[in-house]
Amino acid sequence: MKYKAQIFLFIALAASLGVSLCAGNIDDYFLDILLNVGINVTLAVSLNLVNGHTGQFSLGHAGFMAVGAYGASIVTLQLGDHLLQIFGGGSIATALTFLIALLVGGGCAALSGWMVGMPSLRLKGDYLAIVTLGFNEIIRVVLTNTSGDGPFGGALGLKGIASYTNFFWVFGVAAVTIYVVSTMVNSTYGRGFLAVRDDEIAAEAMGVNTVRYKVIAFVLGAFFAGLAGGLYAHFRSTISPEGFNFLKSVDVVVMVILGGMGSTPGVIAAAILLTVLNEWLRDFEQYRMIVFALILIVMMIVRPQGLLPASLFQRKKKESA
Amino acid sequence: MSAKLELDNVTIQFGGLKAVGDLSFTINPGELIGLIGPNGAGKTTVFNLITGVYVPTAGRISFNGISLPGHKPHQITRIGISRTFQNIRLFPSLSVFDNVRSAFIMHLPHGIAHALVRGRAFHDEERELESDVLDLLDIFGLKDAQHTSCNALSYGDQRRLEIVRALATKPKLLLLDEPAAGMNPTEKEELMKLIRFIKGKFNIAIMLVEHDMKVVMGICERIVVLNYGEKIAEGTPQEVQKNPDVIAAYLGADHEVVGGAAA
Repeated sequence: MKYKAQIFLFIALAASLGVSLCAGNIDDYFLDILLNVGINVTLAVSLNLVNGHTGQFSLGHAGFMAVGAYGASIVTLQLGDHLLQIFGGGSIATALTFLIALLVGGGCAALSGWMVGMPSLRLKGDYLAIVTLGFNEIIRVVLTNTSGDGPFGGALGLKGIASYTNFFWVFGVAAVTIYVVSTMVNSTYGRGFLAVRDDEIAAEAMGVNTVRYKVIAFVLGAFFAGLAGGLYAHFRSTISPEGFNFLKSVDVVVMVILGGMGSTPGVIAAAILLTVLNEWLRDFEQYRMIVFALILIVMMIVRPQGLLPASLFQRKKKESA
Repeated sequence: MSAKLELDNVTIQFGGLKAVGDLSFTINPGELIGLIGPNGAGKTTVFNLITGVYVPTAGRISFNGISLPGHKPHQITRIGISRTFQNIRLFPSLSVFDNVRSAFIMHLPHGIAHALVRGRAFHDEERELESDVLDLLDIFGLKDAQHTSCNALSYGDQRRLEIVRALATKPKLLLLDEPAAGMNPTEKEELMKLIRFIKGKFNIAIMLVEHDMKVVMGICERIVVLNYGEKIAEGTPQEVQKNPDVIAAYLGADHEVVGGAAA
């Protein structure tokens, strides 16, 4: 079907709006988990563009998420009232204000992605991983050391952020992320990402501007991580630098690896699975990490290509063709 | 499709080592030219200089009047020079079809926004491109294998696919780096036919680096011989075979020149 992708996006947006309107009937705890799932799907799918499709190992996704969370929160905390006034109050004004906040957060994250990406994408593999990890730590440490009275709130972070995040926003953003990543990759233009991952020298020799592809992947990945950060901030209504530490980045990387590098369906499945598992194991808090580690080790031995590897879907396409 | 490559006193130095020194030669439009020399003579370095992987320390390289040094490899591909590699460099996770398709990226009139909007123009463009890729695969007998992973192809087919992928960039000059390496005699025969066929069909200039003298002498119109980074001979296969410097480079200086066969 020709407009399959657009139809998917439309249905997903309509469905999230529909569910959102009757979200009052959903159990609070269950809704909480659902929103977490949605935010993690956005994070994992966007990181998959960088780590999976383009093959650039980034360990700094929580850093971009932090930039987005702080950017969006500062907009709503500092300018929220003004914006609501300008838009004239009501639910549409709230939605517009939140949209602006999210886009500012995403934009800041994209900008930081560009600033980190331009110099460091010349590095490969482990070196890039260390630079992005360093970026993650720099963001966290800088935020921790800001003044407690300033707009960044210092080590305690920001609180009293309006709870704008609801089902529609979380799953709308997740749907847009999935749409953008999969339509982009599944086009002739998008083969460039995979070519860069497979063999940079050959890609360059075939006329592919490898630097541009890597920067696009990095900036888009950061942008969606920023959106996820903004959603997270307006969901928890309080954020602190510690929430965006290295372990948060690792969580997302684990989702990508577990799901299958470069496989959007796999990564979505892994994001859902790990988020739910995380909740399920809440009573065994201290053993949770052991369970995660065990799952990873077993996976690496039994199924190193991930839960739903990309090759699975290529084969399907071949059969239907 | 005429384009002339000129190397004028090209030198590249890696620290104290002069890998290529004062090299000058010309590739005329539509010419099939061989670049030979003992191991380490600098043949692949010459390819890397032409394709922008290395920047020469001195000298000029120009293609159709455009000076190549300073251009990035992907820009040089766009200018019209495409290459294959000594050790096959396909995109291993992509299918045969997608390997060739990825070389069409540079011909795309529209970029990322088009792929995101997915309007009618995008679908038309993709369909047109698909038929271009299939036509090309068909010419080289790889159409039936279009969905297979390129790793599943035989060695000879992988070499062929790499050449097809290079042709997909629609070059005016094709550089082949040891296309016959690792091939058996039958495959070499087929390769020679293939190279002649490409030259006729696409009307492009081809330069090949090759160690197999049967292949080089069999198809090249002109041969440039390198030793220690310097050109020691240039001429038709017959001339080069009789050249005493070439025989010395391959067999050692003490050898008597008997019959002039350095193959």
